[in-house]
Amino acid sequence: MSFLHELEKYENFDFEGYFNSVTADDVKKSIGKEKPGANDMLNLLSPAAEEFLEEMAKRSHLLTMQYFGGTISLYIPLYISNYCSNGCVYCGFSAGNKIPRKMLSMEEIETEALSIKKTGIKHLLVLTGEAEEKAGFDYIKPAIELLSKHFPSISVEMFPMSTEQYAELKKCGVDGLTVYQEVNDRTIYAQVHPFGRKSDYNWRLECPERGAKAGFRLINIGALYGLGDVRKEAFFNAMHAKYLDDKYPDTEIAVSFPRINHSEGNFKPQHRLSDRSFVQFLTAFRIFLPRVGLNVSTREKADFRDNLLPLGITRMSAGSITSVGGYAESEEDDVPQFDISDNRSVTETISMIKQKGYQPVLKDWEMIK
Amino acid sequence: MNDILKIGGREFTNRLFTGTGKFRSRSLIPEMLKASGSEMITVALRRVDFDAGNENILEFIPKHITLLPNTSGARNCDEAVRIARIAREAGMGDFIKIEIITETKYLMPDNDETLKATKILAAEGFIVLPYVMPDLTYSYKLVDAGAAAVMPLGSAIGSNRGLKMKEIIEMIIENIDLPVVVDAGIGRPSQAAEAMELGADAVLVNTAISIADDPVGMGRAFSMAVQAGRLAYLARMGEESKTANASSPLTGFLR
Repeated sequence: MSFLHELEKYENFDFEGYFNSVTADDVKKSIGKEKPGANDMLNLLSPAAEEFLEEMAKRSHLLTMQYFGGTISLYIPLYISNYCSNGCVYCGFSAGNKIPRKMLSMEEIETEALSIKKTGIKHLLVLTGEAEEKAGFDYIKPAIELLSKHFPSISVEMFPMSTEQYAELKKCGVDGLTVYQEVNDRTIYAQVHPFGRKSDYNWRLECPERGAKAGFRLINIGALYGLGDVRKEAFFNAMHAKYLDDKYPDTEIAVSFPRINHSEGNFKPQHRLSDRSFVQFLTAFRIFLPRVGLNVSTREKADFRDNLLPLGITRMSAGSITSVGGYAESEEDDVPQFDISDNRSVTETISMIKQKGYQPVLKDWEMIK
Repeated sequence: MNDILKIGGREFTNRLFTGTGKFRSRSLIPEMLKASGSEMITVALRRVDFDAGNENILEFIPKHITLLPNTSGARNCDEAVRIARIAREAGMGDFIKIEIITETKYLMPDNDETLKATKILAAEGFIVLPYVMPDLTYSYKLVDAGAAAVMPLGSAIGSNRGLKMKEIIEMIIENIDLPVVVDAGIGRPSQAAEAMELGADAVLVNTAISIADDPVGMGRAFSMAVQAGRLAYLARMGEESKTANASSPLTGFLR
């Protein structure tokens, strides 16, 4: 059994028919449910729920206060390599893009770590492109060993690995895994991932579960909004989060809502997640999954991020650089994986969070190796 | 009245223990401590950032308050033991609240692992306050393992559902010769008072205070409720009865 079997249950489900049949009454009931089910999530994602954003936001706020209090956890991303052998049509690091490729040496990684440390944030997200042959496990493992001397909590966002590899990374100091399915719709998945290891849909879909099996404390999943029908994608992603949450009770699950941004490939998305839908989906996730972490990155504009704070967000990136390295030294020809929209420094983000009446949490884990 | 609670060689006149989690701002913590008079506060070691200078959470806790570091995040005995040792090495004292949770849905403590950790840490000289699922048999075992108090949950952490485990907690209070601190699930001052009326030696309240619109006012309200409950317990309330009891006894004439 894996989430694949859960997905298969919806193969012949008439999403459009269901979404269009949802009434205002259905939405109101789902907002107030103490233990909402899959149908409630569909109701909350439906067009009918667009009229209830304020009610959903209020409920989401209350649940978030109860489960997380007035705190926002911060993390910072560090790209250590942009080599990639996948052909994702929407990504700046895609193998076909003629961009300068770079892989940080261990010395460079240490220099970046020391720069990042100065921000005070203790949770690091380490990222690479997906190039197992160039920047594979043998490169990543010593990099993590080195970074774990500086950061008590490290998540990785890299090519999907086996449970055994994750277990080994855990021993080196990794406690979290971020992996996005990008798009759950198989047909679109095949279109936007034409070649490379990533074209294997199932291997990627079962990746979060392999991380949970390896004993990671935090698993962060997400759909990349813009590739497929946004409501369906949100629903599949929610069901995936619920599946993991139910099956791995000792693992914390978090969900991100990345929207396609400008990237080097100049990809034009077929679908769009509007700001209103973003808020609707975010609050729907909170009502459906009250204990799950909800994450918003610097892909989003500063004022939008600020306004999302009371709506259910529990984790934010800050001061992000999405090209390789860049915290200690940056070069003019550095190409980002995607453009960021919130360019504020960590200090500025922290003071914004405080101003909004929330406590920024820079450290939430102690390495207990 | 000289009503002092002794745990691990320390004396407490205020029987409300508090926590540092979920506050909108850390600066509310010292204000809440002052308003409530709480003398012991629990801190998750995993959130203590010793490099953070003025932003280190410990900087917001006045020195006269007893620190109760907790092992939040520990999934088993081994992790809890290591967290406790880190806390002691970091100068956070000998008190430790063992919190071992392997299930994040309801955050139920793992009594088996907690008992093992209690034994190890008590032998190392820690003052161990284990957070447990209320269970009389386990409570006896915790006494034997060297616990300094027993901390049964009232209901799920942060649930504000009150004393759902009331009858078992009552058994523990009646039978265990250690301070009993009701920890978790207390959402209202009236529920804290109820725990104290039962004879609990103290209560630990975090979420209900920290997420209130006015955590400082709520801290004070809880403190007063705890005092009222304690006084009622000491004053020996009358038994509950389904029939009316005349305030002048009917057989009072028989001398």
